[in-house]
Order: sequence, then C-alpha cells, then structure tokens
Amino acid sequence: MTLQVDLTHHFPDFTLRAVFEASCGLTAICGPSGAGKTTLINALAGLIEPDDGRIEINQRVLFSKIDKIHVPTEKRRVGYIFQDARLFPHLTVRQNLTVGSWFRHQPIDSHQLAHAIEILGLSHLLARRPATLSGGEKQRVAIGRVMLSEPDFILADEPLSSLDLARKLEIIPYFERLRDETRIPILYVSHQHEEIQRLATKTLTLNGGQLVP
Amino acid sequence: MFDWLSPQETEAVLLSMRVAAWSTIMSLPLGIWVAWLLARKNFVGKQLINGLVHLPLILPPVVTGYLLLMLFGTQGPIGGFLQQFGIVFAFSWTGAVLAAGVMAFPLMVRAIRLSIESADARLEEAAKTLGASNTQRFFVITLPLALPGIITGSILAFAKALGEFGATITFVSNIPGETRTIPSAIYAFMQVPGGEDSAMRLVVLAIFVSMAALILSEWLAKRVAQVVDGR
Repeated sequence: MTLQVDLTHHFPDFTLRAVFEASCGLTAICGPSGAGKTTLINALAGLIEPDDGRIEINQRVLFSKIDKIHVPTEKRRVGYIFQDARLFPHLTVRQNLTVGSWFRHQPIDSHQLAHAIEILGLSHLLARRPATLSGGEKQRVAIGRVMLSEPDFILADEPLSSLDLARKLEIIPYFERLRDETRIPILYVSHQHEEIQRLATKTLTLNGGQLVP
Repeated sequence: MFDWLSPQETEAVLLSMRVAAWSTIMSLPLGIWVAWLLARKNFVGKQLINGLVHLPLILPPVVTGYLLLMLFGTQGPIGGFLQQFGIVFAFSWTGAVLAAGVMAFPLMVRAIRLSIESADARLEEAAKTLGASNTQRFFVITLPLALPGIITGSILAFAKALGEFGATITFVSNIPGETRTIPSAIYAFMQVPGGEDSAMRLVVLAIFVSMAALILSEWLAKRVAQVVDGR
C-alpha cells in the first residue's frame, strides 16, 4: 500500500504545498504550529477539498483536480485518530468499536474484535461509556475503532498531545503495535521529538506550508 | 377520571388532548428537519426560513388564524386543492390541529435547534471517517444526541397546542365537540350566565397542565441528557 500525495492549498497568508509518498509504516509529519499539518491530513481525509493536486492510494484516486474527482470522506476507507478521541458519548465502548462495521454494512469480524480488545486491554471497559473513561483509555478505544474499520491508510492528528507524560508512555506502545501489525501507511502528526523518534519509520517536516527536506 | 367536570367540560379537555397530541406528532418530523437545517446548514434564504418559523410567535394569533383561513379554507389555494382528496381543515378538528401545530412550531424548533447546535459537530466528522453515510450520521449520531431537545420541544409544543386560542378560533371557530378546545370552552362559558364555575374549573386545569408540562420537560431533558452523555 502506498499513498501518493501531490497537493496545493492556498490560505490568505501562506500556501500549503506537499508532494510525497508514504508507504507501509509510520510517517511522522512534524513542524511548528500553523505549518499546515492538520490541513494536510484533513485534505487526505477528504474533510477539506484542496485547491489543486492529486491523491492516490494504491492506484485508487481519492482526489484529482484535473479529473474533477473528490471522493467523499465516508468512501475513502480512511482511519482517523483525533487529538480528542471523539468517541460517541451515547454508545458503549463495544458499540464505539463496532459501529464502523455497521456503517459500512459489513459483518463484525469477531476474531479481529477479540484481537483488538486483547492487545488494547479493553476487555474490562466494553460496557462502559466514554464519559467514564480516562484520557488514555479513550485514546485506546479510538485506536481500536480505527483498526476495526479496516482502513487503507490511517491519519493521526497529535493523538497524544492532550495526555500527561505517564499516559503518553502508556499509549506509545499501542501505536508501535498498530504500526507493526497493520500493513498500511500511517501518517502521524506530532511535534514531540521523543514520540517521533520512537514511532516514525520516515519523517516529513512542514514549515510555512512547504515540505523541508 | 374527569368526574369533577361536566360532560361539556370533559369533551373540551379530551378534544384539546387529541388536538395537541396530533399537532405535536404531525409537526415533529418537520420540526426536527427544520431545526437541523437551521443548526447545521448554510444556504441562501436561511434567515427567511428562520423568520417564517418564528413568525407565529410574534404575529397576533388572529393574523395567523386569518392567514390559515385564506390558505387552507375551502376557497383557499391549498385548502381547495386538498379538498379534492377529502382532506378538509375548515371548521373541523383537523383545522384545530393545524392551527395548534403552526402556533407551537417555533417553540418546538427552538428547543431542537439548540440541542443540535450543542451536540458536537466534530462527532459527525468522526462518523464520516468511519464510513457513515449522511443518513446514518443523522440517525445514529445527530438524532440521539439531540434527544433532550426533541423531548423538551415536544412537551412544550404539546402544552402550547393545548392552550392555543386566537388562531384556532379565527380559523376553525368554536364548535362544541369539534373545535371547542379548553381555551375556547373557557371563553364560551364566560359568555353565558352561570358559566363561571365551568370556566373556573377549566382555568385551574389549564394552569395545572401547563405547569406540569414545564416541570416535566425540564426534568426529562436533564435525565435524558445524563443518559445520552453516559454520566
């Protein structure tokens, strides 16, 4: 699986220009605040439409300005791990994990579900609701939710930044397993060097909207 | 249940209940849809729609009743058209349902809109990344999260419909057993000698029902919000 990106997006004060390829493994996207990191992954997710360019995953075109293709988010088979987890508050942990399969009209793979529950240590939390979980537990559920949705690529937007150091250290190994067990590209936005050093197989640096070699 | 009321009074109470229940049920789907449009969508004419929805709150009820008569009366463009299919509003309890529904609509939409606005739109974004279609997002995420507002809005609309007077009497008159709801009955009893006791009993009942509806909607909204949030 390879994600090929060539996109341009204009802002009033700067222009985001990103050309790169991300293959299996974890590609860290770092850079200062306001460098365009979140815009870049939101464009990959289809949450915003870039002004120009082309995005492909394994020869499947997700966006092409010339061909007027803009595949909507729900059809991109993207997994998005948000900074604030964004679990559904009215659903239990188990329902949060399986709702993706239901959305895509796919039967729940009980073997995979059991595997995700085991490696993320969620078995004692399944009947709970997100409001009663700690920040670290929420983020583990968010990782599980993405794993079980069988995406073609995963985006993570500073997933550890709202956690304290102890929680960060708790979650990092789960990202290592996610990286090693899934054979898909993971784009991981962060500006924490320790995180990037432990997790990244490749690093891209954005500065002022431009990729810096 | 209504032993302490005369047959005429009971008739008015039961009719009011029926009118209020139907007007709430019939306007709820439209109310949810309009509230969702106003809360989540930007489109040309949004302020116009917002204004139209709120108009019955501001206009003298007699004006709303007059407009309903013009539009939905047997001679009106919509009323005349619907008459071909056997649907008649004029001087019928169904007209009272329509009048009550229109008058209660702003209250219903406001409550539902507020609760859709306070539900986190970013959760809908998260659902999108998990493959949820527009319909799935609406029914699985937006609607459950807006449930407290839907309940409050429905109860308020029901209570408002129960007490609607001006538009109803203008549009469908004050026909015993057909369109004489609690407020119309109170008005009628006040016009006849010896009707004061009946009027008083219905007044007390109206106050009691309205207060109960307000307290119930507050309490239910809080309880349901707790259940929805999982706290």
